[in-house]
Amino acid sequence: MRKRFGTPVPHLRLAALVAASSLILVACGGGDTAGTDTAGGGSEAAGGSEAAGGEEVTLSFLVDNTDYSVAVAEGLAADFHEQNPDVTIEVETRPQGAEGDNLVKTRLATGDMTDVFMYNSGSLFQALNPQETLVPLGDEPWVGDLGEAFPPAVSVDDQIYGAPFGTAMGGGVLYHRPTYEELGLEVPQTWDEFMSNNQEIADAGEVAPVIQTYQETWTSQLFVLGDFHNVAAAEPDFAEQYTANKAKYATSDAAVKGFQHLQEVHEAGYQNEDFASANYADGLRMVATGEGVHYPMLTFAIAEIVANHADNVDDVGFFALPGDDAESNGVTVWTPAGVYIPATTEGAELDAARRFLAFVASPEGCESQTNAAEPSGPYLVEGCDLPEDLPQAVLDMLPYFDREGATSPALEFLSPVKGPALEQITVEVGSGIRGAEEGAQLYDDDVEKQAQQLGLEGW
Amino acid sequence: MATTSDGVAQAAGRLTARRARPAKRKSPYPHWFYLPAGVIYITLFAVPTFASFYFSLTRWTLFEVEFIGLENFVQFFSEPALVTGLTNTLVFGVVTSAAKVVLGLPLAALLTSQIIARGYLRSVVFFPVLVSTIGVGITFTALMDPQDGVINTSLALLGIDGPGWLTNPSLALLSVAAVDVWRGIGLATVIYIAGIVAIPQDLLEAAQVDGASTVQRFWRIVVPLSRPATTTVIILSLIGGLRSFDLIWAMTRGGPGFTSDVIASVIYKQYQAGFYGLSTAGNVVLFVVVTAIVLPLFWFLTRRRVEL
Repeated sequence: MRKRFGTPVPHLRLAALVAASSLILVACGGGDTAGTDTAGGGSEAAGGSEAAGGEEVTLSFLVDNTDYSVAVAEGLAADFHEQNPDVTIEVETRPQGAEGDNLVKTRLATGDMTDVFMYNSGSLFQALNPQETLVPLGDEPWVGDLGEAFPPAVSVDDQIYGAPFGTAMGGGVLYHRPTYEELGLEVPQTWDEFMSNNQEIADAGEVAPVIQTYQETWTSQLFVLGDFHNVAAAEPDFAEQYTANKAKYATSDAAVKGFQHLQEVHEAGYQNEDFASANYADGLRMVATGEGVHYPMLTFAIAEIVANHADNVDDVGFFALPGDDAESNGVTVWTPAGVYIPATTEGAELDAARRFLAFVASPEGCESQTNAAEPSGPYLVEGCDLPEDLPQAVLDMLPYFDREGATSPALEFLSPVKGPALEQITVEVGSGIRGAEEGAQLYDDDVEKQAQQLGLEGW
Repeated sequence: MATTSDGVAQAAGRLTARRARPAKRKSPYPHWFYLPAGVIYITLFAVPTFASFYFSLTRWTLFEVEFIGLENFVQFFSEPALVTGLTNTLVFGVVTSAAKVVLGLPLAALLTSQIIARGYLRSVVFFPVLVSTIGVGITFTALMDPQDGVINTSLALLGIDGPGWLTNPSLALLSVAAVDVWRGIGLATVIYIAGIVAIPQDLLEAAQVDGASTVQRFWRIVVPLSRPATTTVIILSLIGGLRSFDLIWAMTRGGPGFTSDVIASVIYKQYQAGFYGLSTAGNVVLFVVVTAIVLPLFWFLTRRRVEL
């Protein structure tokens, strides 16, 4: 052997040995750095604060990437830092929608979450398994100042876990006011009035009556979710029965209407031509500039209209999604998102995080949020006032809050059961791929998976 | 080293043993080199595969595990959205695989013949394989936009009303398959080029002398003798096609609705929703489907291999 290969052989063996051991070391080394990264932002921040001199704390704050959330988060961070110079807050962003849900759940599960984070309240909050993953905030002094609707949406077993981020918002229809004036239309109080308005707009022939933007699937859900006030008005115990697996979308006359309305709008041809490929930004542009007249949407969209279409802000109005009965007309309300503290935040970061949450849930915090971005509804903290000059759509929505019985929380805040595939099912119904009743049935099946995963009784 | 003592030992061995011991004693030493790769393989592939078989029989939240038997699989096959995923996967895999075979071989024959700028053309054909899948997906989504995309505006110039490539439920999956073929044809072509180049020139020259036309030479000589390359292309592209996820996710996210969902995107959506047990069950189904299709196919294709 030696004679054949001569000197190169020991070098070859040596080289192979070095290569193999370096590979192993790299694999181990890589694992170690990954380990320190996931050991918790807490330990990294602790390292940072120690280096900075013992008192300064840096908190990382994860928010979604909508313009509104980023603006509000940075405003809160800056104003909090002014009042508390020893705490610096760094804002990080994550995607919205189902991908954002995925990211938040995974980071919580692996212990890799930032020091504080913002996320939806209601059923999405329930899906985070809060008793295991979040810090309970029941002892905080500001808990008593919260508006009525908020604590149930961020609590499990009467233990509260979050502070409100942003305003409450309504789910209904944004509409283009100049077109209404031009065609002499009135805000509809019943579904039939809404459809006849649509017919008149279609007859005028210039713009699309109803805007749909299925490129971003979450926007397709409004006809179903925004209709819940009408469902609650017709069947007051729907939410309870729904959680106990006794009421279903497919079998409830009131609840299946949401799906049927979606099918009706599609079959009447009222949708914009590019409904399948338009996205959320297109939808806002169309309703602000009058390329389309009705856009079923949540009112947090108003902040983005203010940011991107400042000239057209007052051209956009709002009305609640009408049901069958003009008497019980009212708006479905979404409670604001919550700011939560993951259980992995400890020590100096935890104290700073509690102080930050106290700031968020205070009148100063509300002021900071108003300065950062246009509010699109009332704040759910006592003592928080709204400014006088609000966009027209918000002004249209506030009277619903003042009238008795004109608001209902959306189903996801009354019941932890919400299926993940609703957005795809509503896209199918709205595109004419599937019928309304079939879609409702499909959603009921989808919801069963979520209920079983949560371990609810009766499923 | 120890040549002298080796020599002495061998001489002693010859004297005493008379080939009672085999001349070369099998040393376990070479097997130690399998160890690093074996450890990595077992830890990263074998263990998770068996763990996934276990977790697919449970409902788990990453913290708690509840054994539920085959319920996840029953659910997987009873939901229409999930069964659509299965059929779409098979369609996608077969269409992309067939297209790559049918288009790759003539292309490779062209790129091994004497044409101008052959090297440049080979690079151009292979280039899409190197580009990021997500980048390709986003680009083609923009190109295929029904109103403003380049494809439909060009067709409009010719007077044709282009359909909604990614928004029409019946076309969405096939449009994504077309982009996948555009992207993967380079790899198929390269494999075929390697196969064609291995064909002895004498055969082709002899055929040419005997009066065979280019087409006859292609069909009678190149195609049969490229069978090993064809087998490789079919197997690789079928496995890739059945498991395909990133292009579909980047272009349609399984939409519109559920019409372009494949098993991989269904699994991902279940994972996103936090149904980890169901998602793992989907992975097991995918594993079984791919194995059940590819193993028999591989056996069938390779047992009729033509020996050169």
